[in-house]
Amino acid sequence: MLEVRELHAWYDESHALHGVGLDVGKGEVVTLVGRNGAGKSTTLKSIVGIIRKKRGSIRLHDEPIERQPSHRIARMGVAFVPEERGIYAGLSVMENLTLPPVVGASAWPLERIFALFPRLRERARSPGTTLSGGEQQMLAIARALRTGPSLLLLDEPTEGLAPSIVKAIRDLILEIKRDGITVLLVSQNVRFAAKVSDRHYLMVNGRIVESLANAQVIDREHELLEYLGV
Amino acid sequence: MIARAAALDRRIALALALGALALGLLLPHVLYVGLATDIVIWALFAAAFDLLLGYTGLLSFGHAMFFGGASYVAGLLILRAHWSFFPAVAAAVLAATAIAALVGAIAIRRQGIYFAMITLAFGQMLYFLANQFGDWTGGQDGLQNVQRPTLIAGIRLDNDTLLYYIALAAAVLGVASVLRVVNSPFGRVLSAIRENEPRATSLGYRTSAYKLVAFVLSGALAGLAGALFVIAHRFTSLDTLDWHTSGEVVIMTVLGGIGTVFGPLFGAPFYLIINDRLSTLTTSPGLVLGIIFIIVVSVFRRGMIGELVYALRRRRHVEHVAPGA
Repeated sequence: MLEVRELHAWYDESHALHGVGLDVGKGEVVTLVGRNGAGKSTTLKSIVGIIRKKRGSIRLHDEPIERQPSHRIARMGVAFVPEERGIYAGLSVMENLTLPPVVGASAWPLERIFALFPRLRERARSPGTTLSGGEQQMLAIARALRTGPSLLLLDEPTEGLAPSIVKAIRDLILEIKRDGITVLLVSQNVRFAAKVSDRHYLMVNGRIVESLANAQVIDREHELLEYLGV
Repeated sequence: MIARAAALDRRIALALALGALALGLLLPHVLYVGLATDIVIWALFAAAFDLLLGYTGLLSFGHAMFFGGASYVAGLLILRAHWSFFPAVAAAVLAATAIAALVGAIAIRRQGIYFAMITLAFGQMLYFLANQFGDWTGGQDGLQNVQRPTLIAGIRLDNDTLLYYIALAAAVLGVASVLRVVNSPFGRVLSAIRENEPRATSLGYRTSAYKLVAFVLSGALAGLAGALFVIAHRFTSLDTLDWHTSGEVVIMTVLGGIGTVFGPLFGAPFYLIINDRLSTLTTSPGLVLGIIFIIVVSVFRRGMIGELVYALRRRRHVEHVAPGA
């Protein structure tokens, strides 16, 4: 459903992506692994149109989207949860949750979200940023799911979070997968990624150097962890 | 706990609304009616301005073009064509809306200081146009002796107190519509744009369209204030189009507290009453007002009403967080 070819992108003046190519099939969970600065986040931001200075082709459901503005890509069913989560301080938890428009038929109703994250219901009227980091991450993912995306992009969803929350996010991704939502994940947490993903791409210096099946990642976990320096 | 927190927020808003309304009803009994009418008109102007600055994060430095532009349109229609109150005001608001749509479509592409400069430039352009077409606008003399229009068949708005309450009703309607907008889903998107525009875009909103609508709504309500101004004063002049007027509405809004809707309703009378009192005491009220402005801005960073609301919310928040934290 997502097909990226020869993608070059620039962050200000620096050439960050050097011909990235990747494919994500419908219903797959695919992870981009790589060191800091390898271009993982830049790849996600290029797909959703936040980075405009780019060359190459990005196709979603066989339609080119590389020239589309960010708001239109979102309406085509691509939800992006950035590393900084993007929770609004000026809006309550509930307002944050219901802010984006519903774009797909698989939109999660609020009851389902609250059944999974009772904390969000309890804190519904508090300012969004008064939640803990883990709760904000849940809110950010829940906000994306409420819009009914067909493709969900998650940038470092477990970074800096307690093990119990990482486990909750893992369960959530598995539940999303069962729903048939496609997920492209960026994570340096190889163990976490290996538990939720079907395939992995290893990124080095703005290129994809290796495509790995999940079993390979599990086999080579030590080597990968050593390489990533984590 | 949640219900109580929300109730407090509503209570703050309700208290401020009732306070502003009580002030509005009492004003002509406390001050002379001309000043009271000015206060109501400027309060409406500032509330309209706050919709743009406080809720969308756009600092316009050309809002005089809507206020002054509408005052000329209403003034001309009443003076030359003897239009009655409602059609003249409606036409002036429409004119302000049209100017806002035109200017907004261009200005909205820029942000921050560039946005302020573009709006300033358009404001000055309208000022010079009004000066240029003296046959219509009276040039430096402005429009003099604009008779009060009829309200409805047979009733002329000659009674200043009646006019005051009509202006008050218009201002209440205007402020209510600002409140309606900021508390709607549309208003939440505006807040999101102000806080983080790229994020609002990637959540699926074409932010330029939202900013344009906010700009046009703000311009239209500023136009309503301008139409009331020419009717109340029986004249309008180039002063209403001057950048100084754009600056005054910024000051009133900041004094009251940006992003509060109610703040400007208190910032406007504060500014106008001090200005009125000072002008009898000193020949340079601007200097004293400037000093007051500096003090207020450095002591009450959120504006007067803004600080009050912040303090009340903070107290609530401390109560709210303490048990769990």
